Amino acid sequence: MKNPIHPAAASSQAFQIAEIRPIERLFEDDEGRDRLEKALSRYPEKRAALLPMLGYAQERNGWVSDESMEQIAGALDLTPAYVRSVATFYTMYNKHPVGRHFIQVCTCISCHLHEADEVFERFLAETGTRAGEVSEDGKYTVIEAECLGACGFATAVQVNDRYFENVTPDQIPAILDELD
Amino acid sequence: MGYPYSHDLEVNTLLSRHFGDEKARTLEGWKELGGYATLPRALEMEPGAITEVVKESGLRGRGGAGFPTGVKWSFMPQEPTGPHYLCCNADESEPGAFKDREILRWVPHLLIEGCLIAARAIRAEHVYIYVRGEFFPFSRIVTDAVVEAYEAGYVGENILGSGWNCDVTVHIGAGAYIAGEETGLMSSLMGGRAEPWIKPPFPAQAGVFGRPTTVNNVETLAAVPMIVAEGADWYRQWGTEKSPGTKLWCCSGHLVRPGTYELPMGIALKDVIYDVCGGAPNGKKIKAVIPGGSSTAMLTADELDCEGTYEGMAEAGSALGTASPIVMDEDTNIVRAMRRIAQFYAHESCGQCVQCREGTSWTAQLLHRIERGEGSLSDIDTLYHLCEQMTGRTICPLADSVVFPLRSSLDKFRDEYEALIRC
Ligand SMILES: Cc1cc2nc3c(=O)[nH]c(=O)nc-3n(C[C@H](O)[C@H](O)[C@H](O)COP(=O)(O)O)c2cc1C
Ligand code: SF4
Repeated sequence: MKNPIHPAAASSQAFQIAEIRPIERLFEDDEGRDRLEKALSRYPEKRAALLPMLGYAQERNGWVSDESMEQIAGALDLTPAYVRSVATFYTMYNKHPVGRHFIQVCTCISCHLHEADEVFERFLAETGTRAGEVSEDGKYTVIEAECLGACGFATAVQVNDRYFENVTPDQIPAILDELD
Repeated sequence: MGYPYSHDLEVNTLLSRHFGDEKARTLEGWKELGGYATLPRALEMEPGAITEVVKESGLRGRGGAGFPTGVKWSFMPQEPTGPHYLCCNADESEPGAFKDREILRWVPHLLIEGCLIAARAIRAEHVYIYVRGEFFPFSRIVTDAVVEAYEAGYVGENILGSGWNCDVTVHIGAGAYIAGEETGLMSSLMGGRAEPWIKPPFPAQAGVFGRPTTVNNVETLAAVPMIVAEGADWYRQWGTEKSPGTKLWCCSGHLVRPGTYELPMGIALKDVIYDVCGGAPNGKKIKAVIPGGSSTAMLTADELDCEGTYEGMAEAGSALGTASPIVMDEDTNIVRAMRRIAQFYAHESCGQCVQCREGTSWTAQLLHRIERGEGSLSDIDTLYHLCEQMTGRTICPLADSVVFPLRSSLDKFRDEYEALIRC
């Protein structure tokens, strides 16, 4: 098991990361049980652990599969349909596998005023992908994102759990090199 | 001081003093800088007395609406019949806003101390800090700080030997602007879709988990320790009667020095834009400013001589909002910029209300059509009509949020719309 985490931290673990550790049955090992138990301990209702557990599934597997949703539903006494209705509401839960480097380019207004569209196009060109698809080598997925909350540092780009700020189109090859 | 740039104005910085100083992030460093000195005093005060100081200080909510914080706290039941909760709104997702993230990442312990004092005032036993999902690097910093605070006895059971218990949990979202609306936040925290609900019931009556709850913005809560420490009159030496204190301004778009700056309430908008941020780069003129985050009405370059307060910005026909001016220079295509804003709201509508779900996406589509040169003059009338339909008719104000910039852009830059239609 990874270092035990403090219960106060059980609902705030980064879930978009490059180092996934795939697992089929989420709650059948010590780590999964520990995470579930700690998250549950923070709320008066079981259902409140749903977002943290969807996050845990993605942290481990890189995305949230139907099977994961069913297991989470089972663990929290919810229906799989309900879990799906919540998972699909939030954009950050990947309903399909994504590349190891999941690149989100903010093209919202402040970044839009600073070449964000060009940054986005350049990322697509350099990775040889179309928006949302996984590159052939499995390394990259590039999407457009709504406001990333870094408006003064336009263009903002998020790669997994990292921010890149003040990105210009000509920096992109160097950023991709750094990721490898 | 500002972040990442400083400026020459003589101003006292209260919240942002330690932005950029890594030392402030750790409990040890923070204590050396004077942190956690107010909590012991607050623990000796009656909850009502804390609320009273905050009420007298005139502190207003920094999440956008500017509701007086002490008044909001006084709505909470005085005699608890069960648990109360405090939700710290760190969902910061309004286009243009990037101020709370600076508090989260530079002075997490200031926020925690503010949360604890507020929790004491409203008799809450658990604080949930709801941080937007994308903010991983910052929620990690806050989480580390919370764990440190637990270990040092500032959070948890019998805090500093006072017999008072209060937990703090950092809870991260997963990409939904609407989770920043207070009832949307609570829906999300309870493990649901972040769908707002109709008030009443108000949060202070039945909020998260059906219990009395207060939702406050990060910047609001971070201002609490100094107010409790120094008093209401001290805080009122900055700002105006109706808008006291200092405010974080986060400035973006076409500016020489974009960034987050703490300035006294009442500073003129034009001074923020030209003096603090250096105006538009490359000697360009400014065409328009959206002063309070993307959901506020656009001002033209001639309208910037207004007072940066809640009342002053309202008088100027816009709103202070989150004090997040988005600046557009003379080369900006207003229709295109407005389309990009509308697209945001269309994407983020939670879909419960027809006027919002359909209205925001129609707006975005119509604007796109005009931008491509395929619009007609009647599209302008349709846009005005949509503005009517989207105002004041929905569960939450997200639909209204697109109307403010849209209607003002149509009123003030109609020639640009018409030029694209006629070409
Ligand atoms: C669509 C929408 C989005 C909002 N997003 C945020 C947000 O990201 N952060 C925030 O603090 N308040 C946000 N608010 C305001 C909250 O509903 C609420 O008024 C605020 O958190 C209260 O805190 P305050 O009184 O300290 O300002 C939003 C409101 C609306 C209508
Ligand atoms: S106004 Fe829009 S975002 Fe708000 S509740 Fe209605 S549909 Fe949802």
